[in-house]
Parts: sequence; C-alpha cells; structure tokens
Amino acid sequence: MAEKKEIIPKKHPMPAQDPIERIRNFNEVALGYDEETAVAEAKRCLQCKKEPCRQGCPVEVDIPAFIKLVAERDFAGAIKKIKEKNALPAVCGRVCPQENQCEKYCTLGKKHEPVGIGRLERFCADWELARGVLPQEVAPPTGFKVAVVGSGPAGLTCAADLAKLGHRVTVFEALHVAGGVLMYGIPEFRLPKRVVQAEIENLKKLGVEIVTNAVVGKFATVDELMEEEGFDAVFIGTGAGLPYFMNIPGENSCGVYSANEFLTRTNLMKAYLFPEWDTPIKVGRKVAVIGGGNVAMDAARTALRLGAEESWIVYRRSEKELPARHEEVEHAKEEGIKFAFLTNPVRILADENGWVKGMECLRYELGEPDESGRRRPVPIPGSEFVMDVDTVVVAIGQAPNPLVPRTTRGLELGKKGNIVADPQTGATSKPGVFAGGDVVTGAATVILAMGAGRIAARSIHDYLMKKKA
Amino acid sequence: MFKILDKQVFSPIIKQMVIEAPRVARKCQPGQFVILRIHEEGERIPLTIADFDREKGTITIVFQEVGKTTKQLGSLEAGDYIKDFVGPLGTPSHIENFGTVICVGGGVGIAPVFPIARALKEAGNHVISIIGARTRELLFWEDRMREVSTELFVTTDDGSYVRKGFVTDVLKEIIDERGKDNINLVLAIGPQPMMRACCNVTREYGIKTIVSLNSLMVDGTGMCGCCRVTVGGQTRFVCVDGPEFDGHQVDFAELARRSATFRPEEQRALERYTCQCGCGGGK
Repeated sequence: MAEKKEIIPKKHPMPAQDPIERIRNFNEVALGYDEETAVAEAKRCLQCKKEPCRQGCPVEVDIPAFIKLVAERDFAGAIKKIKEKNALPAVCGRVCPQENQCEKYCTLGKKHEPVGIGRLERFCADWELARGVLPQEVAPPTGFKVAVVGSGPAGLTCAADLAKLGHRVTVFEALHVAGGVLMYGIPEFRLPKRVVQAEIENLKKLGVEIVTNAVVGKFATVDELMEEEGFDAVFIGTGAGLPYFMNIPGENSCGVYSANEFLTRTNLMKAYLFPEWDTPIKVGRKVAVIGGGNVAMDAARTALRLGAEESWIVYRRSEKELPARHEEVEHAKEEGIKFAFLTNPVRILADENGWVKGMECLRYELGEPDESGRRRPVPIPGSEFVMDVDTVVVAIGQAPNPLVPRTTRGLELGKKGNIVADPQTGATSKPGVFAGGDVVTGAATVILAMGAGRIAARSIHDYLMKKKA
Repeated sequence: MFKILDKQVFSPIIKQMVIEAPRVARKCQPGQFVILRIHEEGERIPLTIADFDREKGTITIVFQEVGKTTKQLGSLEAGDYIKDFVGPLGTPSHIENFGTVICVGGGVGIAPVFPIARALKEAGNHVISIIGARTRELLFWEDRMREVSTELFVTTDDGSYVRKGFVTDVLKEIIDERGKDNINLVLAIGPQPMMRACCNVTREYGIKTIVSLNSLMVDGTGMCGCCRVTVGGQTRFVCVDGPEFDGHQVDFAELARRSATFRPEEQRALERYTCQCGCGGGK
C-alpha cells in the first residue's frame, strides 16, 4: 500500500528580486523555480482522478500529466506534454491569471494553497529554452496557404497549430517586431522580451513565415490577401489596439499618456535606455495611473522604474474589485505603489505651457451592483479635491483596432467595432475568414486570446479539408 | 531591410531618397505617410510620401534634418539600408474636381504637396501652386511642381529668389486678385506656424483649407494615441483619422505644445549624436 502523502499546505515561494533593488531596474521580478523547488512543488500535486484543473485551462493543457513528469524529473517529457497544447508556455507561465483558471479548480486548493501550476509551467519552458528547443513534429504539406493578421498571442497560437497541421502560414505584423502586446505592452520586468522572441523563433522552426512592417488594411486588405495573394483562409487577431481616453478637460495636456503609449515607448522602443536608444519618454515626480487592471499595474510599476518618486493607482471602485491579477497587485504594493481607491478624475489641470500640474478628482462610494455584478461606483457630491501629480497615464481599457474590421468587405461588426465571430469556431460572417482574441472579445487576457487562436486553427483546418474534398 | 536606391542632396539640410519598398508603393495614395526606423536602437519617425513608382516599387521621401534621426538618415547613402519602413499609413487625400484649388507648400512641405497637386490636376482641377522657403538654398522641386500645376508661384522669405515674402502673402494676393468665390479649396502643407498662418488667411475669406499635420507618433496605426489633436472640439488621431484635417478646425496651439513634449530630450539626443568627444555619440 502506498504511504500516505504528506501535504505541504503552501506553494513553494517564488524567488523574486528584492523590491528595493528591482524598482531601479527593468530586470525580471519573479526569478523562477530551480529544479529542486520545481520537483518539490510538483510533488504537492495529488494526481487526483477528477483532474479539475484541466477545465480551467483555455488551451487544454494536460496539467496532471506534465506535473507528474516534473515530479519524476523528466523535464524534457514535461515540456513536450505542455507543448502538445500550448505554443507559448514561457509566456503563459508568467502572465496567465492562474488564480482564476487552472489553480482555481485545484483539489489541493480547497483546503490549502493550490499547486503552483503556472510556476511549474514556466519552469519547464525555461528549462527547455536554456537547453535549446527540440524540433516539433510537422504534418506533411497540405498545399494550403493561410494568412494570420497580427502576431499577438491569438495569432501566434493559431499560426503554430496550423503549421503543425501542414499548412503554409504567413503572419503579418504591423510593428517592426512580432509578438504584439507581448512586446509592446507587457513590461520587460514581468515578461522578458528575449523569452517572447525565443518562443517566436520556435514558431519559425515550424515553418511559419513572419512578415513585419506589414499593416493589413493598408498595404493590402483581407480581401486582397485572398483574391490576389492566394491565401485560402485568413485569421484576424489584431487585438484591442485602440486606447480609450476619459474625455475629460485637459486630457490632451503634455504629460498625459495612454497606457499603450507609455508602455510602447518603454517596452517596444526601450525608452528606459534613452539616449542609447533613440526614443524618449518623460516621467515627472508624481505619476497617476487611472485604472485598476493589469495594464494599470504595469504602467504604475514602469513609472517607478523610470524614476518617478511617487506612483499612484487611481481607481474608481475599491480594492476588492481590482481586475488585475492578484500577484501583480501584490508586487505593486511591495514596490511602494500607492492606491487611491474610490477616486476618479474629472479634470486635468495644466500649467501655462500645457504641462500637467494636477488632477481634480471626485471621491466615490459603492452603490448597487451593476450589470457586471460589481457594485457600481457613485460619485460623492462636493468631494472634489486636487491630486498633486505631473504625469497622468490613462489605463481604462482599449477597443478593438478598427483598421482591419473597417477595410474588410462583408465582415459583421459588433457595437464596439469588434468582429463578430462564433465562439465555438472563430468563424466570422465572411467565408474563409476567422477571428479571435481581443478584436472579438474586447480587451481580455493573453491566454483567452490563445484559446481563441487554437479554436480558430481547428476550424480553419476543417474548412480547408472540406475545401479539398 | 529597405534599400536606399538613390539620394539627392538639395541643400546641406534637405535631402531626397528613393527607397525600395514594393509593398508600400503598390498601394499608396497621395497624402499618406510612412514610418521608418533606421536601426535597431532607432526611433520610429513618420514622413509623408513625396512620390511613388508602382512599377519600380519605390517610394520617394524628402526630409529636412532637424533632429538626431533625420540627421542620421541624411548621413546614409545610396546602397545603404534602412531597417524598417512601413506604410502606406493614414487616410489618403480626398481627390475630386473641386474647380480651382490653391496648393501651398512651405519648405520641406513642398514634397508632400507634389503628389496631391498632381492628383488634383489629373482630376481636372485648375491647380494654382505656391511654393516658398526661407531662402533660395532651401527651395526644391520648382520644375516638378510646375509640371503638375496650372500656375506656379514661387517666393522666398528673404527675397533671395524670385520675390520676397511669405507664402501667406502670395496666398492673400491671389485670393484678392481672383476673388474668394473663385477659389474652391486651399491645401497647405509645411511647418505648423505656416499652416496656421495660411488658415488664418483663408478663414477670413471663408475658403475651406486642408492641412496635413505632422504630430509626434509612435506606432502610426491608432494604437498609442501619441498623435492626438483636437479638431473641431474632438480628439482625433493624426495617424489614422488624418494626417489631413480641416485646418480651420485644428487647435494649432495644442498641437504646438504637444509637439514640443520631448524638445529637451530631442536636443540631448542631437547633441550626443553630433558630439565628437567619444561619449558614445555619432552612432
């Protein structure tokens, strides 16, 4: 009879850079498990029969199987198991909101802390990246050509799956490097860009061609890709690249950035290395970031690293409603980010040269629940006060980028300019054109976009096989 | 990588390059722009397309060296490569037969006016072009502009060539001479103060005036909002909603302030680039 397993109630802690050190650099905060810690954490898994964790994974990774392999020290086997389903494990292990996904359902998590599934996934991916990635199996060529528009998480996943099925895949990316939000949005200290590029190199090994500096809708429309360039199907994964602003007075003052601009300058253009790199960014003494999501946390933490003395999150609901990943909020607090909850700006004040010199805000209280189920923030009359800030970053969300939706004939669009696609298949109203990720759902998470890319790849494959028959 | 096929030096600070970029050349229209990045550490800068050859697959750009990146671009030669070159971006000029159109090009703004004037003339317009520069040395494409215009007027601020005066002086004279009702549209491209001054002239006469804005940009696809400008009381993105707007609706004061956001950093980068002391500049 097997001996009774000893239960370790808590996850093995993630080694991390000291907060005092890390707010002065852009190096990765979470350092990753070593082999011994990974094996020990993997052994916490009960290997229960029901495998509830699997229902929480949008890309259907066989979680118990890979964890078992880690526990047995078969790291090569473990990463192979993950990659059967997940094209970007090094990314997902770092940025997935595991507490709302796989780890939420973990049996161990009912009484104790769940198994650190995300940390183990990251360990496996990093283990492989450090040793050189083994080639994956690719089916014989089908003769079909598929265009993938956008090289963010949805597009990359879709491209990888289609390439493995033997289709010739070309990914078109508007920016000068592939990766989409993984490159321009998520900061280096949370997701090192070398990790993203290593994952993209893996895709190239599958035969995926990546064309950068190619704005679909401008150099060619989706229709032209199909009619003139001979693509048999198209996947649109152009993301939510249109920042919302608050439409309050003073928002076009100097020193007001959208989170997209603030993060793009820093991450994609490496403004933190100015003047060695050419793109500048300016951060004042006191920065206010408006919003409570992951993007807001990223911006606030970036501001500190760029030299701000104080960096504030200004959020109109309370701490409980913060949509950001738990770990990001914790990291932000450790780093000294300040939080102004139940607060929302009404006006940005500028000096005579047009630079931000303050932000007039209103205090809020929580009222009845709204359609999202969260209690609606209600302004308190007469509660106006001025926050002393000189930089404002607006991180209240993004709408789908309209460039492709607007230039594609016969594509049904939703109210917010999103592409309407069947969630079960990714099919749009236009035959041969599929879509997934933020351009369909509005701004969401990396892993949901990857799930949508996977679903679309499956139906594109079916569509092409039917076409052949 | 994008090859520089040809380079012409119009003056020590104004240069023309022909770039091999077939994907851009195949689809671009007058009024659109490109974004380029010279090297891995480079910044992305927008430049309006000055000409294109669909068959040869080339794009012509004309630029004035004002900061580090344009200076560095100007130091490249035919045969060299630019790392990134993306386009065509922005909304094309609205071309139709308006009747009589005055096209005003100030300084390096002459270049983007050229393909628009050509298209307007091809559409049947009577095209009156006014080109001007601070001094004779900075004037270029007089011959090319003459080809695509029904009438061409040339002026220099200092009187070193043809006549002394600003393009706005000529603009006002022509409108007064022909009568405001005989001018259907004005297009003005050049430095912000020049476009603003042109709009001030035409506002009095009530003649619709299109300007092409050159705001700061990063991605150029509507993703970052760096280029936002107030037009008619609404925030618009120059990169996707523009670059052309109704000049009478543009908040030029705000545009000027926003354009100056990084002036000290731009100055620092330029000084570092031109520094000879071995500090790492000149790269």
